[in-house]
Amino acid sequence: MATEATTETSALAAAKRKEFTRSVIELAGMLPVLVVICILFAVLTPNFLTQNNLVNVVRQASINIVLAAGMTFVILTGGIDLAVGSVLGFTAVISVVVSLIPGLSWAAVPVALFAGLLVGVLTGATVAYIGLPPFIVTLGTYTAIRGAAYLAAGGTTAINSKIGFAWIGNGYVGPVPWLVVIALLTIAVSAFILHRTILGVHVYAVGGNAQAARLTGIPVPFVLIFAYGVSGLLSGLAGVMSASRLYSAQGQLGIGYELDAIAAVILGGTSFVGGIGTVFGTLIGALIIAVLNNGLTLMNVSFYWQLVIKGAVIILAVMLDKLRTRGQAG
Amino acid sequence: MSTSTKAGQSSARPILEVRQICKSFPGVRVLKSVNLSIWPGEVHAFMGENGAGKSTLMKILAGAYYPDSGEIILDGKTVHFRTPHEARLAGIGIIYQELTVAPNLTVSGNVFLGSELKRFGFMTDTAEMDRKTQEVLNRLGARFKATQRAAHLAVAEQQQVEIARALFYKSRVLVMDEPTAALSDRETDRLFEVVRQLRSEGMAIIYISHRMAEVYELADRLSVLRDGEYVGELKRPEFSADKVIEMMVGRRLEDFYEHAKHSAGRVVLEVKNMSDGDRVKNANFQLRQGEVLGLAGLVGAGRTELARLIFGADKRKSGEVYLDGKKLRINQPQDAIRAGIGYVPEDRKLQGVFLQMSSGENITMNILGQCATSGVLDFKKLTDRANAEVKAMRVRTASLKQRAGGLSGGNQQKLLLARWLEINPRVLILDEPTRGVDVGAKAEIYALIQQLLEKGMAVLFISSELPEIVGVCDRVLVMREGEITGEVGGETGIEITQQNIMKFATDVTRSASTNGN
Repeated sequence: MATEATTETSALAAAKRKEFTRSVIELAGMLPVLVVICILFAVLTPNFLTQNNLVNVVRQASINIVLAAGMTFVILTGGIDLAVGSVLGFTAVISVVVSLIPGLSWAAVPVALFAGLLVGVLTGATVAYIGLPPFIVTLGTYTAIRGAAYLAAGGTTAINSKIGFAWIGNGYVGPVPWLVVIALLTIAVSAFILHRTILGVHVYAVGGNAQAARLTGIPVPFVLIFAYGVSGLLSGLAGVMSASRLYSAQGQLGIGYELDAIAAVILGGTSFVGGIGTVFGTLIGALIIAVLNNGLTLMNVSFYWQLVIKGAVIILAVMLDKLRTRGQAG
Repeated sequence: MSTSTKAGQSSARPILEVRQICKSFPGVRVLKSVNLSIWPGEVHAFMGENGAGKSTLMKILAGAYYPDSGEIILDGKTVHFRTPHEARLAGIGIIYQELTVAPNLTVSGNVFLGSELKRFGFMTDTAEMDRKTQEVLNRLGARFKATQRAAHLAVAEQQQVEIARALFYKSRVLVMDEPTAALSDRETDRLFEVVRQLRSEGMAIIYISHRMAEVYELADRLSVLRDGEYVGELKRPEFSADKVIEMMVGRRLEDFYEHAKHSAGRVVLEVKNMSDGDRVKNANFQLRQGEVLGLAGLVGAGRTELARLIFGADKRKSGEVYLDGKKLRINQPQDAIRAGIGYVPEDRKLQGVFLQMSSGENITMNILGQCATSGVLDFKKLTDRANAEVKAMRVRTASLKQRAGGLSGGNQQKLLLARWLEINPRVLILDEPTRGVDVGAKAEIYALIQQLLEKGMAVLFISSELPEIVGVCDRVLVMREGEITGEVGGETGIEITQQNIMKFATDVTRSASTNGN
């Protein structure tokens, strides 16, 4: 009996150690990969490790970070949002167009954000109440909203060289660009919601087991609408960021951005089936992509090769992650 | 099969021997030098509580896990399976609890899945596959055709498809994991016939089950595993319930269903004219304070469907629910929960537990609102309440942070019960609460129900195990084909016995029961 008790306690202690290792791995995630890539570029190119360049990397990453944060919510519920790039283009155009209306220029940012939110909420409602697969719904909005972006821009480029919210894209807080501040704030707020609030727990619950969530009284439709709403809103924010950086917007702005956002989320260790992942991981994922872009450009690698390398790194990194966490699951 | 002629009951050596097998996962020793000898032409029952290590051993035999040490000897030769495919080719067939039939393929397509017969090297030879499959199906006495799509097969028939698949690989050892868990009584009988036939052909069958009655009926030999350790083996003449339970739990369970029958209090829940237009027809009943009302019937009688209608999980066509005399508006589970009705669903993994979330989160899922201020969680409060439940329910978990998916079935069920107890509902619906749960946890669940009753809760208890219904319930409603066909116990004057329940549950006595009214 005494030996039984000791084996039991030692087994429990061992399981506790396992839990600890798992949480460390979960927290660190892809950070080691990011560090290795940074060291590699620091050795290979003299210009990489300068303050200017590093700020530049994060600024280039900022828009993808914001999109990917929204994408994290959606993928955590077990869904996908293919429309973020289109919504970015659409809301960017809207913000410039509204900023050109005399007397209404103040409304440019709120209108753009609201437009993004609206698209997201409608997408979420379609997924939640009609039960269409998210891939199909957002494939539809991906196309339709892109069309709306071209229409809003009237087929040309909307330009406003005196755009009222230029500070967003070009201003600084001390040495840090506003774009970076906004991106990091987005991550912080998202992390707070996901890890500290009821809604956050509900997002994980719905993504992990939607049937159980419903039978536990979690308002599943609301949670889905919330997740897609966040993704839409943040796409709108990314649209505003793009427009203010460029003082202009056109219909094709943001084409293909959804893929970088999805890549960042997956690189960050979020499970594609939902229920597992962190927004901190997404931040790391987005930074890995940005560092690769930046470092390869500094090394004068051709754009075509950059694409090949980026794709390979994404697959390799996720493979590595899978190997590392094997046996940790469950 | 060549083995059937060579191997008889009197075979000189076991077909499969497991010697000193050990297996650990990070932090947990699951198997501690387990031994097992399986002889051809016998059914070897393999018993143990959930978490005892049965499935791990089975997965080692199946080639899905590799043992840390020890030997597997198949037909006198030491074997090392690196993949499930190797195990299958060597002659070990496994019928998992969760069947793996692909619904959109035909029966023969399923049987040959992964090793399709080829013509000219690349075209699948459908005709030949169908013909060969049909042969085996005939041998098994199956009542479906090889060309049929698997989607429309009943669970028992899907099982036969898997058995057919195992036969094709010339399996000499067949491992069946809880094969009757989802079968009706009639289907179970059918399965037993097949098992007996395979045995007579010289097949060695490892039969994993919780159900003592089945083991008595089928097994020639019985091995027990407890906490990863091999406890011992019994031959058929030595079988006895006391002995087996003692081996499984290491102590005697006194009276398994110790239950003070309660006198019914006032009506708590009343259900009127509940229908879904298909599986549930016009159900009416009352549930009283402090009673356990059983809901019995064959699989498919509509018990779960009725529970889900009450709880708002499915759309009702007609029907009203009253709680304490007040009519409830229930359109979705949230409404029922808010009113004070809890529901522990039948399929724990699919509908209840959040496997990838922690034990703590699983327990507190319903009380997030109570432990938060304007939506922001108070982790101190949550941890305290989860810890209290873990202690009270004796959940075996490494910490509140351990993922629920890593716990045994009994412990997952305790998480679910704890989740509902935290909100202290007026009425708790338990749908097959002891399915796939070991004897120890079963006894704990029964004891827990007693505590709930003393607190004034009312329990609606759905179970397919008649002895359990008889032992636990104060009153039993019996359903058949969507209708409540009878009531036993309580004020009816009819004694709660398995026979009386079965009379109402089967249509054999249909005329008798209508005459009685």
